[in-house]
Amino acid sequence: MTEGVLIHKNTDTGKSVGEMEEVTLIPKKEIDIKLEADVITPDSFAGKTSEEIGALSIWQGPKTYPLSDFFEVIGNAGSSASETLIRIKGDAMRIKRIGEGMSAGKIEIEGSAGMHVGTGMKGGEIVVYGDADSWAGMEILGGLLHIKGNAGDHVGCAYRGKWHGMKGGCIVIEGSARHQLGGGMDGGEILVEGNVEGFCGIRQNGGLIVVKGGALRTVGVEMAGGTIVIGGKIQRFSPGFEFVSMENRVTLGETEIIGEFKKFTGDYAISKRAKGALYVSADANPEL
Amino acid sequence: MAGTIAIKNGYVFDPLNEINGEVMDIFVRDGKVVKELSAAEMKESKVIDASGMTVMPGGVDSHSHVAGAKVNAGRMMRPEDHYKANLQKTSLTHAGSGYTVPSVYKQGYDYAAMGYTTVFEAAVPPLEARHTHEEMCATPLLDMGGYLVLGNNFFLMRYFRDGDMEKAAAYVAWMMKTHKTYGIKCVNPAGVENWAWGKNISTLDETNIHFEITPREVIKGLTEINETLGMPMPVHLHANNLGHPGCYAITKDSLKIPDGVKTKQNMDVEWAETKMDPSRDRSVYLTHLMFNSFAGTTWADCESGVKDIADYVNNRDHVVIDSGCTPFGEATVMTGDGPAIHDLYTLTGNKWSNTDVEMECGSGVLPFTYLKSNPVHSLQWAMGLECLLLINDPWKTIMTTDSPNGGPFTKYPEVMTWLMSEAFRKQTFSECHKWANDRSELGSVNRELSLYDLAILTRANPAKTIGMIHRKGSLGVGADGDVTVYNINPQQLDANNYEALLQTFRKAEYTVKDGEIVAAKGEIVSLPEKRTYYSEVHVENEREKEMLADVKEWFRYYTLGFANYPTPEKYLANPIPIQVNGER
Repeated sequence: MTEGVLIHKNTDTGKSVGEMEEVTLIPKKEIDIKLEADVITPDSFAGKTSEEIGALSIWQGPKTYPLSDFFEVIGNAGSSASETLIRIKGDAMRIKRIGEGMSAGKIEIEGSAGMHVGTGMKGGEIVVYGDADSWAGMEILGGLLHIKGNAGDHVGCAYRGKWHGMKGGCIVIEGSARHQLGGGMDGGEILVEGNVEGFCGIRQNGGLIVVKGGALRTVGVEMAGGTIVIGGKIQRFSPGFEFVSMENRVTLGETEIIGEFKKFTGDYAISKRAKGALYVSADANPEL
Repeated sequence: MAGTIAIKNGYVFDPLNEINGEVMDIFVRDGKVVKELSAAEMKESKVIDASGMTVMPGGVDSHSHVAGAKVNAGRMMRPEDHYKANLQKTSLTHAGSGYTVPSVYKQGYDYAAMGYTTVFEAAVPPLEARHTHEEMCATPLLDMGGYLVLGNNFFLMRYFRDGDMEKAAAYVAWMMKTHKTYGIKCVNPAGVENWAWGKNISTLDETNIHFEITPREVIKGLTEINETLGMPMPVHLHANNLGHPGCYAITKDSLKIPDGVKTKQNMDVEWAETKMDPSRDRSVYLTHLMFNSFAGTTWADCESGVKDIADYVNNRDHVVIDSGCTPFGEATVMTGDGPAIHDLYTLTGNKWSNTDVEMECGSGVLPFTYLKSNPVHSLQWAMGLECLLLINDPWKTIMTTDSPNGGPFTKYPEVMTWLMSEAFRKQTFSECHKWANDRSELGSVNRELSLYDLAILTRANPAKTIGMIHRKGSLGVGADGDVTVYNINPQQLDANNYEALLQTFRKAEYTVKDGEIVAAKGEIVSLPEKRTYYSEVHVENEREKEMLADVKEWFRYYTLGFANYPTPEKYLANPIPIQVNGER
């Protein structure tokens, strides 16, 4: 039923060129209390042997343990972050903060990722083959976070109490995402193949959110800038938006959207000078 | 209690004893500075070799916001302030977090790391006194006390209206004892009461709603009562119209009100030895002068009005100010001045909170970021430094950031360095908006403070102003053994090398409290007991009885019972009552 067809041109994948050394992490056991593993980044692995990597400490509750208590570490890292590929072979749903703040290199998770995957990442690439828990790509600055499954709440969002969410980079979700996608977003792009729920693009100031599917409600509320495209139906449309025009073939930076869209600006509920643009599929939303 | 310690061969700066960089030894026995130690004691004592280093009394902050309801409101309102600034627990210290509004533990450690040992919370709302004391109690290392907010108190305004000054004085005395607080704070006199009705007051002779009292009457009444009672410190005044373009005029007029009020500090304490007269000679302590010094009529034509007030202060002897510097970056604005916070909210649209503390005072909290690129913020930076550099006599000035209003106290090293280095000021001018230079006089100031001046601004004068020099702010015999050692050789001091100055001020080489090393190079190494000071003010029993009858009558309208109002001593860490007015 989605009429808006998305065409990506040259989406910057942030892929590193050249040879990469591979470090494989194989989970050894069931994890009860979730791990805080912000050391799992190409930056902190760079230049280390598998023993040295295994000795890096991760938090579980109030205690720290060596990484090797939870993972079998195979292979040495490259000499720099950009030459390092980390492959997590298995499910990482109970491992939080993977790839936090990474600047280069690549992480591949052959399962699901826990909360805060790719938080504040500056460059490089993370591929999650399963789902991602909430706060994926929180306050991301650059690089690519590619989630092949579904994502939880707060994708690319600002931390609680903060004004500014993601400022750059790209988040691609092949499934659906839940609430507050791109909250406080200042720049960069989020592409969702499936649907989103409430508060997509809340307090958005810049950047682009493209959702191929539909949205529940409160899309773009309190937005002052930036662009949101919704390819499916918005169940309950927010009252602070004003209709501008009908549009075909909108080009937004590197991305082109095809199909008939109604363009709105807002959210005038907050500011009289709001500059946010909201494109909504005309066919899926005939009543607007 | 610590044993003995000798701090040897340092360049000592002790302005209250007129010691300006002499190479001396400082000895501490049982927590107090002594003239010398016997040979036997020397053998047992710890020794700090301070040769080639600067030795000062422990830092005294006479104006900071570190405990109580509004600080806590700031903490709750700002989770984002806490997640990137945190402190891991060690075998000795507690964990902590927060940058502009840190948790109580982190606060204590951060102050001690910079060489501070004494910090006074500048605004305690009476109904929140218990909470304030609980937080002060949990703050490690620091000797503390609080100022009670009384500028919009129903009882006082009623007594002032009826001209019943004796009962008003008895009420203030009773409130100090009841809430275990140290001095009088006056915020936006008469104006905060109007805020309960969505209004404010903009001139000194405008009467407020219901009480029909003017700011002038409140300031006059409180400053007179302060001297009648013989309080340790002058009234801590936050003038009306704070933060409004053009407010410098009302600030100057407010300062004129207590001119001529005769100071009388009447405390029953043992004084440490000082060469200077230790008694207080100021009748008013104006707080955060920078926020009270805007000239112009709107934010578009606003400029610095500090010069005008500085001229007034230079020509009068009854005023002491603290600066309220804004060192750029994140801050959390918090004040008893509710309407001022509402104005900031309309200006910024930030999240905010406002409270009317029933019948007693108000408050407001709002996060704020001072940007170098913003014209007004850059001007505020220049004005804050003007407050300290245009007033000639350092004994009339105290360095603060009104933490966390102008910026967190952890930015003191920056402020100290700007004061000492013209080169650092020039560097900042080159980075910030041109309003800083065009609309203030700071650019033409070439004064650079010496270490001696700095010791006055950050130790001797705050202690003198608040009447704490019987124990703090000097290294005279009998003073508390609070000492800061900075790794600065005054003989080789180069004000142009401001990076080095910044580094040394950020982490004192040693912080000694009560003769015990509490921090070395910024690391906390011991946690001795702390103290809480308050004024136990004595007045005639008859007066107190009459006044209490009134107060009990009014308590029918309070949310809590009269018996639950006072703060018992058990809420205080090591309480030290200071007997005021001699009558026992």
